[in-house]
Amino acid sequence: MVKGLHQERIVLLIAAVLFVVFSVTLPGFIAPANLLSLVQNVSILGILGVGMALAIIGRGIDLSILSTMPVSVAWMLNLINGGMPIWAGLLCALAFVILVGVINGVLIAYVEVPAIFATLAMGIVVYGFGRSFMAPIEAVYIVNDGSWFWRIGSGQVLGVPTPVVVFAAVALAAWLFLRYLKPGRFIYGMGDNPLAARVTGIPVRPMIVLQYILISIIALIAGIVMTTMLQSINTRLALSTMVYDVILVVVLGGIGLSGGKGGIRNVIVGTLLIGILLNGMTIMNLTYTVQSILKSVILLAAIVVDTLLNPRDEQTAQHGDI
Amino acid sequence: MNGMKLMRALLATATLAAATTVAISEPYDDGQSKTYYESFKGKKVAFVPLSMGFDLTEGWNAGLQNQAKALGYTVEVRDPNWNVEAAVQAANGFVSEKPDVLVLHPLDQQAYNRIVPKAMAEGINVVQINLKSVTNGDAYVGADWYDLGVKQAELIVKACGKDSGKNGKVAIVTGQAATPTIVIGNQAFDDVFAQHPEIQIVAKQSADFDPAKAQAITSTILKQNPDLCGILGVWDGQDGGTAAAIREANMQDTVYFVSSGGGSKAAACDNIANDLFDAYVSYDVPGQARDLNAAVKILLQTKPKPGSAPFALYTPLKILTKENMTPSSCWTLEEQKAFGG
Repeated sequence: MVKGLHQERIVLLIAAVLFVVFSVTLPGFIAPANLLSLVQNVSILGILGVGMALAIIGRGIDLSILSTMPVSVAWMLNLINGGMPIWAGLLCALAFVILVGVINGVLIAYVEVPAIFATLAMGIVVYGFGRSFMAPIEAVYIVNDGSWFWRIGSGQVLGVPTPVVVFAAVALAAWLFLRYLKPGRFIYGMGDNPLAARVTGIPVRPMIVLQYILISIIALIAGIVMTTMLQSINTRLALSTMVYDVILVVVLGGIGLSGGKGGIRNVIVGTLLIGILLNGMTIMNLTYTVQSILKSVILLAAIVVDTLLNPRDEQTAQHGDI
Repeated sequence: MNGMKLMRALLATATLAAATTVAISEPYDDGQSKTYYESFKGKKVAFVPLSMGFDLTEGWNAGLQNQAKALGYTVEVRDPNWNVEAAVQAANGFVSEKPDVLVLHPLDQQAYNRIVPKAMAEGINVVQINLKSVTNGDAYVGADWYDLGVKQAELIVKACGKDSGKNGKVAIVTGQAATPTIVIGNQAFDDVFAQHPEIQIVAKQSADFDPAKAQAITSTILKQNPDLCGILGVWDGQDGGTAAAIREANMQDTVYFVSSGGGSKAAACDNIANDLFDAYVSYDVPGQARDLNAAVKILLQTKPKPGSAPFALYTPLKILTKENMTPSSCWTLEEQKAFGG
């Protein structure tokens, strides 16, 4: 058995191998401009991945982020296009996502609905409510292009595209939170063993509410980056399979669904692997179907290798492992 | 007594007034108008879009509702929200309710193959809007997707082909692979480019109708081909992402980008005005709404045996550029709701 070769390292290794192979075989892959656009193209996925990691480390999951993100931003654009100042629209969107986070958290912590069902239902509620009352037209465009705010997702800082900068900032903030702040440490404790965490005196229920509020806010940030990058937002994203891509990035990076393990580094590794794959396959001009097959084969390979090298330990496997 | 007289006088006046009103409200009949108006009263039209909530279906529906209100019939809409099964169910439900006309907007070419004949066998006239099943109904209203593809490809040839002095390097950012618009459109692209060997397709990628994917793909293509001459888009809803990548790479002036769509202001004209779309082939939703209403009016008046006299109203396509664009080239939903149809 190869010691210490756990999933994160395996994925990092695969990413490194692909990176070297693409650098040698694909002209232009290694160019700095291409590498920046590689990261930029997965930065929204990465930001959402950071949010999802917060949920999964705390032994939860949030399937509603892909509804919260487009609905809150579409509503914000509608308000601003209707004449509201940007800051007021932003505050409204923030209030909305906090409300969604609170409801998620209360359902999970106090009503004790399993996170997967609570957030699945909440996602549908948010999308349905949004489509009916907040954004009846699913594609909402940025109309007034004047303010700096609309360039958050399309500008550059010292040559680095701003979505990458935002991804880095969100990742750094989440890393600091998880590592150095008490609530961050609590999330690990709760994820590792919720009952023990409770016995030790961690305020588990309020912490869960806080956790889902943070995730919703991260979804709003991702949405603002996306909409300012594309000049529009489409609430139909809620019906897409992107939420699985987000879970994939997190789990692929090595954050176990049973909670308590992993960190932001895993999200970055998982995101980079997807980024390298997508970028390389686009340069190779592979068709959509072939890209999907290759992507899933490589992801499957990573999981199989991990299972072979790190077999499940029946003694320490937890209830709730997927 | 006086009171009684006054009452009688008032009553007489009222009766007279009522009689006059009836006489006035009887409309003038020019020989055809009376039967025209009568043919619509109380009729039922049913509409199954592929989804409400986006520019095309909202625009058509605004037109349908305006005309229905004016002529005294009803248009009932069931929204399957992008779900083919839900759409088939909605259409089946309508068939059993026997509306006079059923308007379908099929998501793919096969989904309604059995519903169209079934509805027609039940005596319902079927109109298909902008996308067509393999099976013909009584009427098709919408774009000829092959013609649209040819027009787009010819625009690219003009900008990047032999006489343009450019290198002929073109990328195609296409949509969801199996949808009829994409299949037919790609066939058109291939046919046009077959006659223009100087056009070199350096990349052909599907963005799955997702602007974020289009942005990612285009940014990579532009890094790989800094000397790219043109890009073919397929639908403004996705092409906004392609445009964002072009703007970010600061290549608005060098890359000739051709898009297409229903011509709504935010999706089309704003992007043309910003130099992001260099040319745009519009299938003009207000025009389509008018055609759709015409098809409904014809069917309600002539009541043909379903399938006995099929006809098509292919949409005249408008090619918009910054040079020929006017304030009325595009439309907004507010306008369409107020005046459409």
